[in-house]
Amino acid sequence: MTKTYFTEDHEWIRVEGGVATIGITDYAQEQLGDIVFVELPEIGRQLVKGDTAVVVESVKAASDVYAPVDGEITEANEALSADPALVNSAAAGEGWLWKMKLADESQLNGLMDEAAYNSHIG
Amino acid sequence: MTGDDARHLPLEDIHKTAGAKFGPFAGWSMPLTYPAGVMKEHLHVREHAGLFDISHMKLFEVEGPDAVALLDLACPLDAGALAPSQSKYTLLLDEKAGILDDLIVTRLGDSRFMVVANAGNAAADEAHLKAVAAGFDVRITPLDRVFLALQGPDAAAVLSHAGVEAGSLVFMHGIEPKEDWFLTRSGYTGEDGFEIGLPEADARELIARLFEDERVQWIGLAARDSLRLEAGLCLHGQDIGPVTTPVDAGLMWAIPKEIRASGTFIGAPALRAAIAAGAARKRVGLKPEGRQPVRAGTPLFDADGNPAGTVTSGGFGPSAGHPVAMGYVSAALASPGTPLFAEVRGTKIPVAIHPLPFTPHRYRKG
Repeated sequence: MTKTYFTEDHEWIRVEGGVATIGITDYAQEQLGDIVFVELPEIGRQLVKGDTAVVVESVKAASDVYAPVDGEITEANEALSADPALVNSAAAGEGWLWKMKLADESQLNGLMDEAAYNSHIG
Repeated sequence: MTGDDARHLPLEDIHKTAGAKFGPFAGWSMPLTYPAGVMKEHLHVREHAGLFDISHMKLFEVEGPDAVALLDLACPLDAGALAPSQSKYTLLLDEKAGILDDLIVTRLGDSRFMVVANAGNAAADEAHLKAVAAGFDVRITPLDRVFLALQGPDAAAVLSHAGVEAGSLVFMHGIEPKEDWFLTRSGYTGEDGFEIGLPEADARELIARLFEDERVQWIGLAARDSLRLEAGLCLHGQDIGPVTTPVDAGLMWAIPKEIRASGTFIGAPALRAAIAAGAARKRVGLKPEGRQPVRAGTPLFDADGNPAGTVTSGGFGPSAGHPVAMGYVSAALASPGTPLFAEVRGTKIPVAIHPLPFTPHRYRKG
């Protein structure tokens, strides 16, 4: 079964079978504006919660996207190399950033569900 | 986002209604983008007509029998040689020939000029000009105006449609078409266009008329920055400043030859020494390889890994379709074809010296 979590840093984490797919929320992409480049992570890299996993570059500025939990990167969204604007047009879908194997699923417990996130961005 | 001490544009309500996102710039709360977004806004200016609220910039009227003498002392300029309504890009220099600000000076009469200064420098410029003016018979008056820029290939048609006839004005000329109006054919995008200083009530009326035309869109500060960068135009405080001279900034074209040789402006001896010594570093256009933008402050290295310079402005060029940047490199490395590298987050990205502008200027030179 799939469950989606949200962070205060405006990331979403979709978890299925111990693997998380991570992206930024529609709210976040709107704040950043037109995305022109995504610096994707190396497969196999071990991340600790709070590490910079991906850098998303808009016309104006670069923004770090942090690992919301500990784990190992298993996949990066290569489609973003050719079409970084997918992060704008499909933030919650095709514009996902990376997948990681979770080191400790209990870390998900502190995260928000969709309803809590929506009230967070108010 | 912006502190409570930020200054607010007189037309802020209009920008809020238009859905602008605001951010701080030079002490002002400025519209950064509108709902269309920076990419579409940028391209709209290159294709149609974009309206910018640049009321953070300051207009000064310089008037009096010694107006020419003051300007010739403060700037490397031959103000007396300007024809009526002619504008000139010039620089406010210090004793070291460092650039205190870049200005547009327009001759409005025998002894009356309009000076347009950058927002962040306006107060310092006023104090500096007034200090330089001591002993001269001249008045320096900051004007209370809304300042708009209408830029793009449709700008002249749109302005005419809104009832302001300026089609016969050529690039870098300015007039006063109505009381307290100042209208120049100039801009900061590389496109044809106008800058219009006018009283707030008149501005509200003009804006309403301009927006009856669907070719017009509001454009924020973010697109203003990407447009001027593609056009190879400097941002004071970033690409030029008190630590750069017109020689290393590549702005000698703004200084008439006879003024270089015999002008008595502030900083003249230092500038002549800098010319004689030659530039140790030069401002150049930079094209990063690939898609990754290279931002201001990024260090540059030569092929052997030695420091080569610094990026002073960088981002993505929506019309160019690739990242664009400018910066300073050692003069020996400033020729096209020199392999250079920008270090971004530990990775060295190849960058090529690229001629400026990245997108051709399309000024209406008459």
